[in-house]
Amino acid sequence: MTDKLIEIRGVRKRYGAVNAVDGVDLTVGAGELFGLIGHNGAGKTTLFRMMLGLLPASAGEIYIGGQAVRGAAFREVRRTIGYLPESLALYDNLSGLETLHFFARLKGVDRSTCPALLARVGLADAASQRVRNYSKGMRQRLGFAQALLGNPRLLFLDEPTNGLDPQGILDFYRMLAELRQGGVTVVLTSHILAEIQQRVDRLALMRSGRIQALGTMQALREGQDLPLTLHVGFRPGDEDSVRRVLGSLGIVSIETRAGSARFTCPRQAKMAVLAALTAAGPAIVDIDVHEPSLEDVFLGYAEETP
Amino acid sequence: MSGIEFGQIGVVAGKEFRDRLRNRWVLAVALVFTVFALVIAYFGAAQQGAVGWRNIDVTIASLVSLVIYLVPLIALILGYDAIVAERERGSLDLLLSMPITRFEVLIGKFTGLAGALALATVGGFGLAGLLLYYQLGGDALFHYAGFVFSAFLLSLCFLSLAVMVSVLAEDRMRASGIAIALWFFYVLVYDLLLLGLLVVSEGKFNLNFFPVLLMLNPADIFRILNIFGFEDVRRIYGLATVFPETLANPWLLGSAMVFWIIAPLGVATWRFK
Repeated sequence: MTDKLIEIRGVRKRYGAVNAVDGVDLTVGAGELFGLIGHNGAGKTTLFRMMLGLLPASAGEIYIGGQAVRGAAFREVRRTIGYLPESLALYDNLSGLETLHFFARLKGVDRSTCPALLARVGLADAASQRVRNYSKGMRQRLGFAQALLGNPRLLFLDEPTNGLDPQGILDFYRMLAELRQGGVTVVLTSHILAEIQQRVDRLALMRSGRIQALGTMQALREGQDLPLTLHVGFRPGDEDSVRRVLGSLGIVSIETRAGSARFTCPRQAKMAVLAALTAAGPAIVDIDVHEPSLEDVFLGYAEETP
Repeated sequence: MSGIEFGQIGVVAGKEFRDRLRNRWVLAVALVFTVFALVIAYFGAAQQGAVGWRNIDVTIASLVSLVIYLVPLIALILGYDAIVAERERGSLDLLLSMPITRFEVLIGKFTGLAGALALATVGGFGLAGLLLYYQLGGDALFHYAGFVFSAFLLSLCFLSLAVMVSVLAEDRMRASGIAIALWFFYVLVYDLLLLGLLVVSEGKFNLNFFPVLLMLNPADIFRILNIFGFEDVRRIYGLATVFPETLANPWLLGSAMVFWIIAPLGVATWRFK
């Protein structure tokens, strides 16, 4: 792995009797695109807020770039961090450009960079409009522009695609890919698992304040040993022969609809199933193999006892 | 706390100040002050059976009554949600994720709001002062300037209390309730309580202790500061005349007001974690 940019050691956050974050150890490498997933209340946002120094940890230490997340020295680290909060609230009475100017001053960033940043997130035409009149998606874009002020080397994005339309989501991930090419480290959360599964380098799955699983998407899938889903297209009238072939392999639970069969099989049986289907000749016209989705993986881990 | 960055305080203060200019808060309050000051200057002596421009001492004495009600209320309304509103809306997290300390945010907010109060007070009473200048002459202006400055100090005392409330309160609703309660207590109830004490104690009460009790209310300090200098005014007021001359030093009273500005801010800084 590349250099550690974020290092979290044994971090806990206790609210009364409840452990919102319960002993998290985690490192994120420089340049990594890291996803934090988990259902509501799993502790993602609490962990985020502790990483930003907004909330003191009850126990443990967090280091960013080798610097502990507290005290006066952390101010300098903050200049290199961009943050997009989950429930983003901006100042309604300011225009988009004034909003960026305000945060640019606080970050010590040249204000002349603001118009270009607004254009980058697609808000050039709304620069002088009051935020009060912005749509949810426009606010989110402005929030993202704010996070990008001063070319941060680390971005914390909490549910960054909240309120964005499909085009906005595509634009967002395109920008994220560009940033990553520039070496920016990104930690993001999302509850739309399908959205992030193809895009992050590694994932941590949080549950009840703990990290339940950690690794690449592939490693998480394999850790669960979840079945693959296959879609097989067949010639009209050949449904029985398809059922016969699959039945010989012990696969009997098959959904069929209009010339297509859908079933699951263990990962280890994949090659045997493909070989048998190929051997069935012209009856089979198409085969699609689907890896388990992040949703499946997520649900699989959720069923395990923590 | 090490390394306060005054630039960061200035950024927050600038935003607060501009917000109040832009939403015409400053203009509205300044106009209220001007109109009230002129009305009181002209009609203030109606109880004595006359209307018209009076001497400056009597005018100031009448204005003091107005300021004691109005200025604390305006300062409390201005500052009661300074922090709690941002916390409730959710914008505080983003602000604090910037390279700025909580202390700098707090002092920045206070300074910006104080600037708005200064402009409204000096602008509003200043405009009235210009008109009074034509009626009463230049000498009167010196006393009047002292009155305006002490009114500004009074507004800072209550702004400081308001900012403290905005840190301590859990939500805006509670903050507004506490702010109104503070106004009632300091402006309406406190003096009545003291009078009640005097009456109940039937004069057995040690009067040496009394000035200290008056110092515990910034509104009373303001009243004493403004009326003690004027012999013919002291008669109009009852309570402040029990105040010993030795304690009526303007510097001492001014220091007491500065204490009332610093102390609540100190509590706010301590609790704003």
